[in-house]
Amino acid sequence: MLTVAAALVNAQRGNAPVANPKAAAPIDLTGYWVSIVTQDWRWRMVTPAKGDYLGVPITVDAKKVADLWDPAKDEAAGEQCKSYGAPALMSVPGRLHISWQDDRTLKVDTDAGTQTRVFHFGEWQAPKDTPRSWQGISLAQWQMPATTVPTQLRPAPRSATDQPAPAAGSGTLRVVTTNLRPGYLRKNGVPYSTNAVLTEYWDLFKRPNGEEWLTITTQIDDPQYLRQPRLIALPFKKESSGAKWDPTPCSARW
Amino acid sequence: MGSNAVFRAMVTRLGSIVVALLFAVPLLAQVDLSGSWARRGQADNGYAREQVDLLGIPLSADGRAKALSYNIASLSATERQCQMYPPFYALTGPFALQISGEQDPITQKLVAWKIAGWIDRDVTMIWMDGRPGPSEYAPHTHGGFTSGAWEGDALVAVTKQFKLGDMKRHRAFSSDRATLTYRFNRHGDLLTLTGILEDPVYLAEPFVLTEIFRLDPNANLLPLTACEPIEELPSLHQNPGLVPHYLPGKNPFVNEVTEHHNIPLEAVLGGPETMYPEFRKKLKDKYVMPPPCKEGCGGPPAPPAGRGAAPQ
Repeated sequence: MLTVAAALVNAQRGNAPVANPKAAAPIDLTGYWVSIVTQDWRWRMVTPAKGDYLGVPITVDAKKVADLWDPAKDEAAGEQCKSYGAPALMSVPGRLHISWQDDRTLKVDTDAGTQTRVFHFGEWQAPKDTPRSWQGISLAQWQMPATTVPTQLRPAPRSATDQPAPAAGSGTLRVVTTNLRPGYLRKNGVPYSTNAVLTEYWDLFKRPNGEEWLTITTQIDDPQYLRQPRLIALPFKKESSGAKWDPTPCSARW
Repeated sequence: MGSNAVFRAMVTRLGSIVVALLFAVPLLAQVDLSGSWARRGQADNGYAREQVDLLGIPLSADGRAKALSYNIASLSATERQCQMYPPFYALTGPFALQISGEQDPITQKLVAWKIAGWIDRDVTMIWMDGRPGPSEYAPHTHGGFTSGAWEGDALVAVTKQFKLGDMKRHRAFSSDRATLTYRFNRHGDLLTLTGILEDPVYLAEPFVLTEIFRLDPNANLLPLTACEPIEELPSLHQNPGLVPHYLPGKNPFVNEVTEHHNIPLEAVLGGPETMYPEFRKKLKDKYVMPPPCKEGCGGPPAPPAGRGAAPQ
């Protein structure tokens, strides 16, 4: 019975696979989103100087690689997309178009670099020997809000009805991405390795004025090139249409 | 009743309780935020080397004028020394968050979340009990008044009625009509704080910043000491009527970012258009990548030197 109970608790918290992740989605991420660049502007909106690593906890090995950055060489090798891999892509200024590919697969297209990330839910497994790629393999999971609250966390009553109804549309999308082709965290050659693991938490919120915002909490673990996990959180704002969608190819220089 | 029957009855009752708990109507979805949270985000919130660096800040024309008129010497005016610590400092400052719950002594239900003070920054009480804020005519404080509510597992807090203060340290400012909405999302031992600052005076659009904290009992926690203005510049002490400032068009530091990083002045001066991706199109033909970085470039720490260092 306890095993059953544990399974049910896991299911309630969204930690167990659900039959139809699209139908079970606690938040609706679909639509067009624009990145709001109020942070790290100098390293995101323009290509920073070679050797400018400020803010990224790189290792000595990473510095050796970054010091050799040569965009002409990347172009010659057909690797203009090295700074558009999954660990960097959400911080590239641009727009996202999020849609369901099918009931178990969420797709995130970006106009910057014309890339596509694919989030697989449930028990999906990548075919053996899947080649490494810029966007890697992403496994996704809904995390539902906890359904019970310890007494000490319940607010003192605001009114005669002790417990206001829980807000609709809450929950988190957790995505773990691996199997990456090595690339750049920044356009100026700050590297991540094949062993990098990207963990993201996608949180949606609606404001009283009707605006919808998305914060993507991002953790990149890469012991080869990072002394500690890289942690950034990226804000996006929802747009009513794709009118400003502007696909551009990868660029090694801009 | 035999022992087997007693055992079966106990199992049946236990099972009923477990099932009832599992399928109970959901209450509020909440998480425990209490603990010491070390700042671990690596974005440049609040950081700038150059005196005039308004990149990506959606300033209004008045907000830009206010920023460009600022002279760092004004910090020595006693009435301005505490303006560095408005509520937005939770996103731009260097300190850890020490969060605790304040319970009603009788019911033990949560009355407020408390974010402890840090050196000159005031305590923040996020009132969860729906108490009314001060009158709109009441004097504003540096900390303002904050109320909170849960939206699912996220705590949403709104701070109003705080004084004019830094939105980027010594570089840009919010007015005393600003409102700050924070959103706390906990993911295991990570806490993401999203702040939305709105200001009808100095911002043309909301200014959004994020920060990430990690649960850490050894986080850098320093005790609160009241922000106490003191006389720092003899010239101000001798002439209390002097207000350090730059007149319009006279800020001597306005070109520093352009000189150091080749970034066009139209970007350096901020404005809402500078935070959207399409602004890059305006820059593409104007920006030339500067020479390799030689100073303030980051990178791995230098190897230890001196006694005990490894031989070179």
